[in-house]
Amino acid sequence: MVVSENHVLDPTAERAPATRTRLARPESLAGQTIGLLDISKPRGDVFLDEIERHLVEHGAKVHRYKKPTFTKPAPVDLRHEIATQCTLVIEALAD
Amino acid sequence: MLEGTTRASDEVVATAPPDLVELTVEKIAVNAVMAGCRPEYLPWVIAAIEAVCNDTFNMHGLLATTMPVGPVLICNGPGTKAIGMNSGINVFGQGNRANLTIGRAVQLVIRNVGGGRPGEVDRATHGSPSKISFCFAEDEAGSPFRPLSVQRGIDEGVDAITVFAGEGPKCIVDQLARTPEQLIASLAEPLMGLHHRKLVVGFDVVLVVSPDHSRIFHEAKWSDVEVLEALYAATARPGAELVRGVGGIAEGVPEEFGEIPSLPKFRSDGILLAHAGGGAGLFSSMIGGWVNGEMGSNPVTVEVRR
Repeated sequence: MVVSENHVLDPTAERAPATRTRLARPESLAGQTIGLLDISKPRGDVFLDEIERHLVEHGAKVHRYKKPTFTKPAPVDLRHEIATQCTLVIEALAD
Repeated sequence: MLEGTTRASDEVVATAPPDLVELTVEKIAVNAVMAGCRPEYLPWVIAAIEAVCNDTFNMHGLLATTMPVGPVLICNGPGTKAIGMNSGINVFGQGNRANLTIGRAVQLVIRNVGGGRPGEVDRATHGSPSKISFCFAEDEAGSPFRPLSVQRGIDEGVDAITVFAGEGPKCIVDQLARTPEQLIASLAEPLMGLHHRKLVVGFDVVLVVSPDHSRIFHEAKWSDVEVLEALYAATARPGAELVRGVGGIAEGVPEEFGEIPSLPKFRSDGILLAHAGGGAGLFSSMIGGWVNGEMGSNPVTVEVRR
């Protein structure tokens, strides 16, 4: 048997996709602290204002957040702030 | 391929979006092979990757936007000739291995290593050929202007790449202008129309002047400084012409800009002036940009290290 001296190099990042199970859906919105992340697209606030109104009607507490620009990922500090202050988050895209 | 650079194969060059993967010289080299590069192109590919993978250029945003833009690579310096790049006839077209494969290698790195694939993070409405490969050298020898890299602060004679978040090129025809003033007025018209005539300041442009057009500036002894100054002036318009609703067009600048006597089409460094193309043809070419500034992308120029 001839052992090939050719090596095949992988052009990708060679990373295995992480598998995570989804969190269980909350039984109720009452008492939840929900973060609404505005990505800074025009009129995204109009959409989120309406969402906030509905969530508050269902007994949730709402925190509002905003990315500096929709073209870049949310800064790490903002992600940390949301993760530590909220039990749920809704990220919205609107034009 | 790795013989094309003095860098160690495990050196981390940049972090590739959107998956934020550390990019080693080896990973770039593997993709350069797939793109069809020769080893001597590798330093140019690495420099381009360094130039696009940062917050200033915002390669992440270019991937994620629905607008039709990709990184346009404009190469300067004696090294462009040494590796056989094209700056002349058919400069944006087919037929030159270095131009095609350097641009392609950058794209493959982002696709394969960074994970920026169409239909996933990349959901562009139309996309653009500039997302396949858009790379060319500037014709410095025949230019009345300083090389783009020198205009942007790199020393003369140093190999450099400027990256610009751009769409495909658009031809600008003027076969009758014989004075710089006439040509400026003519070039200003399509420049005003970039993305939308009534949207200003938010987008940059690369104006690639052809030899037949640059001769008109050369004969009148206009340098890049005079040409740019004249272009900025010729593309400014009264705010009243540009506000929303004027001309039956809903698009435009907000009402409060209507009182401003002269609104510039471009921010103060928003026109990048370059020189390239074949020796026959009274045409120039414009490459429209994506959203500029902190909100989008700024052009970046870097030196090419061996």
